[in-house]
Amino acid sequence: MSAEQNQGAGIMHDGVFYNAETLHQMHDSMLFIRRFEEKAGQMYGLKKIGGFCHLCNGQEAVCVGLHHASEPTDYMMTSYRDHGHILARGSDPTAVMAELLGRKGGIVKGKGGSMHMFDITKNFAGGNGIVGEQVPIGLGFGFSSWYRNDGRVTICIMGDGGINQGAVYESFNMAALWKLPIVFVVENNQYAMGTSLDRASAETQLFKRGISFKIPGMKIDGMDVLEFERKMRTAMAHARSGEGPILVEAMTYRYRGHSMSDPATYRSRAEVDEWRTGRDPIARIQGQMIEAGIATEEDFKQKDRDIKKEVAAVAKAAEEQPEPDAAELWTDVYSDPIEGAYPYPGKVS
Amino acid sequence: MKITYREALNQAMCEEMERDDRVFLMGEEVAEYNGAYKVSQGMLDKFGPKRVIDTPITELGFAGLGVGAAMTGLRPIIEFMTWNFAILALDQIVNAAAKMKYMSGGQYSVPMVFRGAGGSAARVGAQHSQSLENWLANVPGLKVVMPSNPADAKGLLKAAIRDNDTVVFIENEINYGDVGTVPDGEYIIPLGKADVKRVGNDVTIVAHSRMTGFALAAAEELAKQGIDAEVIDPRTIRPLDETTILRSVAKTNRVVTVEEGWRFAGIGAEISARIMEKGFDDLDAPVIRVTGKEVPMAYAANLEAMTLPSVADIVEAARVVCGRA
Repeated sequence: MSAEQNQGAGIMHDGVFYNAETLHQMHDSMLFIRRFEEKAGQMYGLKKIGGFCHLCNGQEAVCVGLHHASEPTDYMMTSYRDHGHILARGSDPTAVMAELLGRKGGIVKGKGGSMHMFDITKNFAGGNGIVGEQVPIGLGFGFSSWYRNDGRVTICIMGDGGINQGAVYESFNMAALWKLPIVFVVENNQYAMGTSLDRASAETQLFKRGISFKIPGMKIDGMDVLEFERKMRTAMAHARSGEGPILVEAMTYRYRGHSMSDPATYRSRAEVDEWRTGRDPIARIQGQMIEAGIATEEDFKQKDRDIKKEVAAVAKAAEEQPEPDAAELWTDVYSDPIEGAYPYPGKVS
Repeated sequence: MKITYREALNQAMCEEMERDDRVFLMGEEVAEYNGAYKVSQGMLDKFGPKRVIDTPITELGFAGLGVGAAMTGLRPIIEFMTWNFAILALDQIVNAAAKMKYMSGGQYSVPMVFRGAGGSAARVGAQHSQSLENWLANVPGLKVVMPSNPADAKGLLKAAIRDNDTVVFIENEINYGDVGTVPDGEYIIPLGKADVKRVGNDVTIVAHSRMTGFALAAAEELAKQGIDAEVIDPRTIRPLDETTILRSVAKTNRVVTVEEGWRFAGIGAEISARIMEKGFDDLDAPVIRVTGKEVPMAYAANLEAMTLPSVADIVEAARVVCGRA
């Protein structure tokens, strides 16, 4: 049976019905992110991508679940592990790849690179490179929605490393004090660079980290997109209701090292294999969809071929772009031109 | 109208908040306590708790809150009780506010003001008496403003609130009670414009914030000794109005810079370098820098006084640069 013949079909998941179209969207988006990240890894190996490059292979269900559980007007920001989130949000993949390559058509004009992806049209506010820095910034987005009463929710994402930063608790305190509409999401991939959770955290149940601020916490399986999306909707509803912030711990795993320069020798092969083969979010939704009669294995093989082609085309289109114009060096430092400021100090006149 | 420096700042904020409901004031003790230095006196009553907001003691957090709110188009005024405490918030000022526009390829601006008391206070020791303007003025993406009198305080703060980028606005703790004439009605001073506070022909003294008053006092003393000093207050440290300074140097050929802060890579160093690069042929003598001594501030009154530049130090420097020592 093809997907087209089954528009009326779907999966009932703990009382929530996911129709075939939504399921395909979620699956395709996760698979696209997986193949995109693999391509980024290849391009890095070929030295076409420079600097730091943090891939999210394995964490796709969190990216896609967050997007599906939120409205396009909701705000989102994250750390430097940002490719998957901005792609799930629907930003142009060619612009994202061009950014990785430092090209003119990059999503931030070649000025940010892997760690600093922004798309204001998708309300995606980075792409922030200092661990935990995005959390006070997210607090400000949430404050803005409170100030304007605009009904938006801010999804402020951090990792299990980021949640140990002091700025996070300053933000938890104010968010709870003023009941700001924020969902704090911890992507717990269990390693902060090379430091395992139990070596860095006195309380490893990260969803409890908000308790002393009266912030409720939820621990969700981040390897099951339906489970994650459904429970994330509950968290979004809580924040939108005016009840204040909520903390979501998404249990997930990154298949690659912390960044491209990390061979991840601190983890056993058996541990990685257990997650990759036993809990992979893409294999999981494929199994669920096959079981529900929405798609066949052959459908997914074909889809994978299509997506690989699509990603190859994206990479090619990005690579064909020129580097940014030299004049871009001086733009976007200030909003308005400053007399005498540039060149600085410039040629002696 | 004669008002104090703190009243001038208060007027600037109130007028801008009346004009633009995107503007709000947030910081420690700004609302119910009416400000640690009473700069926000009466503002809670006037604007209510949604726009004048007391925070917990959590500088990094509320600085970042300001950055995020500004990214959504609000116009936050974030008050640091003093700039000493802003060191806790530097990640948000330097890594977020200053760089956000560039990193986002121009998508997100951060139109906000970080303001509060800076410079040396009186008898409060090393951690509460220091000048950080050279740190902040080093960062592209920030503007750094330091008013030296009530009129400038009002006009510059209004311009800072209206500015489309992040402005670091450093007030002077000791100047808060100073009284001065502030023009009636709408009064705005564009950022990036120096002011010639005293016209003279023999030597240019460049001084900012509280040191502007010291430089003017020194100029009066120098006049008695037959030296006619020109006093320039840059008012905005970044962008620096080098045109006004170079024009003065072309006239006087001699320069003294004055600052409370430490000498190494200070504001005087930047001004001297620019004069060397662009006004070398106008100089009849090397630039002399009068700065704070390079030690942490001591508590004892005599040691504190020895640490800071004095009017006598400025007079002496001017005499030396004029070959009259």
